[in-house]
Amino acid sequence: MAALHILRPGLFTTLQDLGRVGFRDLGVPPAGALDPVGLRLANALVGNAPGEGALELSYVGPTLRVEGGNIRIALTGPVAARRLRDGEVAVLDSNRSHLLLPGDVLELGAASGATLAVEGGFGLSPVLGSLATYTRAGLGPLGGRALAAGDVLPLNRPAVERGEKALAAPFDYGSGPLRVIAGPQDDHFTPEALQTLVSAEYRVGKDADRMGLRLEGPVLGHAKPPGIASDGLVAGCIQVPGNGAPILLLADHQTVGGYAKIATVISADLPRAGRSLPGDVLCFRRVGMEEAEAARADLERRVAAAIAAMAETRDGLDLAALYNANLVSGMVAGGEDEG
Amino acid sequence: MRILPVGDTAFSVEFAETLSEAANARVMALNAVLGDLPGIVETVPSFRALLVVFDPLLTRFAPLAEAVAGLAEGLVEAPSVTGKHHRIKIRYDGPDLPAVAQACGLTLTQVIDAHAGCTYRVHMLGFMPGFAYMAELPPVLRLPRRAEPRLKVPAGSLAMADAMTAIYPWDSPGGWHLIGSADVVLFDQARALPALFAPGDTVAFEAV
Repeated sequence: MAALHILRPGLFTTLQDLGRVGFRDLGVPPAGALDPVGLRLANALVGNAPGEGALELSYVGPTLRVEGGNIRIALTGPVAARRLRDGEVAVLDSNRSHLLLPGDVLELGAASGATLAVEGGFGLSPVLGSLATYTRAGLGPLGGRALAAGDVLPLNRPAVERGEKALAAPFDYGSGPLRVIAGPQDDHFTPEALQTLVSAEYRVGKDADRMGLRLEGPVLGHAKPPGIASDGLVAGCIQVPGNGAPILLLADHQTVGGYAKIATVISADLPRAGRSLPGDVLCFRRVGMEEAEAARADLERRVAAAIAAMAETRDGLDLAALYNANLVSGMVAGGEDEG
Repeated sequence: MRILPVGDTAFSVEFAETLSEAANARVMALNAVLGDLPGIVETVPSFRALLVVFDPLLTRFAPLAEAVAGLAEGLVEAPSVTGKHHRIKIRYDGPDLPAVAQACGLTLTQVIDAHAGCTYRVHMLGFMPGFAYMAELPPVLRLPRRAEPRLKVPAGSLAMADAMTAIYPWDSPGGWHLIGSADVVLFDQARALPALFAPGDTVAFEAV
C-alpha cells in the first residue's frame, strides 16, 4: 500500500480539510485549513475533490519517505521542498504537482501557510465527518494530534500515470488592509475604538496559533463592560478582552466566547489572515455587507479561474522558468508587511 | 430581538443582553424551527442569542436575516423546548467546597443541599466539546469566578460560577469553583450522539 512514512514531523503538521460541519452546537469548532484556498488549489493540482484532507505545514514542514507505491503530491504556499532520490537532491517547486517514487525522501523546510496534498487522498477515517485535526480536544485522525516521527499515513491508492499540473501563476491573495464588517458588538466600544481599529497598524503576536492571532497595537476602549453573556463566534471575529488588546480568531476558535467582538474579518480575506505569521503587520478596513459579498464572489471566481488555467505538463519539465519570476515578486509583495 | 451581522457568513439573533430563562427559551424555540431555510450551515444556541452560520455562496445575509426575523417574531409564546432529563451522581468533594461554603455563609451540607436541590437546564454547549453551561444556580450560591484561574482543572470536576454550573469534559484551565466530581463521559466522538448533554436538556444532581 502506498504510504508516507514520517521521518521528522516538522514543527506542527496537521491533517486538515475544509472543516468539520454540524457540531458547533456541541462545542466542537470547525477547525480545517487556515488557508482553504491553498487547500483547494493543492487538491485540484492532484485531481482531488476540493475538500480532500491534506497536510497543513506550519513554520517547518515534515520529512517523509515514500513507501509501497508511486505517490503524486502537490504543494501550495511558501515552502522550501527538496527531493532525495538515489543520492541526488532536487528542489521541488511549490504550486505544482510532483510524482514521487518508492524510496524517495521529501524534505520540507521553512513553510508558512503551506499545504501538501496527495493524489487520491489519505486512507484515514474521518472523525465526526471530517479529517480536520483539532488538537485541543484530540479530534481527528491520528487521535487528533499533530504528526509525530514514525507515523505512517496510508494513501487511498497509488498515483496514476499522467502529466503533472501547475498553477499558471501563484494565486493572488490580495494585499492591503483586511476588510471587516463592524460588529456584532461594536456598540460595546467607545466611538474611537472602531476608528482606531481601521486606521492603526497591528502586529501579530508571537503566540499566534490555529486558534487565533493576538494583535499588538493601540488598545480598543470599551464603553460597556468587556464581558458579555457568552455567544457564538466564527473565524474572523475580532474579540477584545478587558485589556483592550484585540484577538483575531481563526479555525480552531472556541465556539462561544464571553468578550465583546468589535468587528469580523470578511470570508474573502480569511485565507490571507490565516497565512499570517508572528511579526506580520495587519491593517483593517471597514466595508459594508455588499462589498463583502462581492469580494467573496470575486475570490470564488478567481479560484475557479486558477483551477481552469492549470497547465498540464510532462514530468521533468522545469516549470521554474515559467513563473519563478512571478513567485519571487509575489513573495516580496507578501512580505511587505513584515517590517 | 435584533439581528447583528457576524461577518458575511453568520449573524446573531439576539433576544436579550443578559442571561435569562425567557431569552434562552426563545433561542431554543427559534433554533427548532430554522431547519428548512436554505443556505443555513449550522447554528450555535447560547444563553440569549442564536448564531446562524450560512453559506454565502448559497444565500445572502439580507434575505436570510429577513426570513429568520420573521420566524423569530412569530414566536409570540415561545414553546418550551424539552430535551432529555439526566440524573448525574456527584461526589461533593471539590477542593473549593469549604471556601464556597464560607463565602456563601452556609455549612458544607447546606451548599450540597442547595446545589443538588435544583433541576438545571442546559442553556448551551461551548468552551470545549461537550462542556454544558447549566443554569440557574440558586441565588444563595452565586459567586464570581475565582480571581486566580487554575491552570488545570481535572476532567469530571463539577464547577460553578455566577448563575451557572458545569462539569469539565477534559482536563483544562478553568476559573470556576470546584465543588464535586462525577464519573460521566461528557463527549465521545465514537457515540452516535457525541455529547451527553444537549441544549434544552434538564439535569439533576444526586449526592453520593
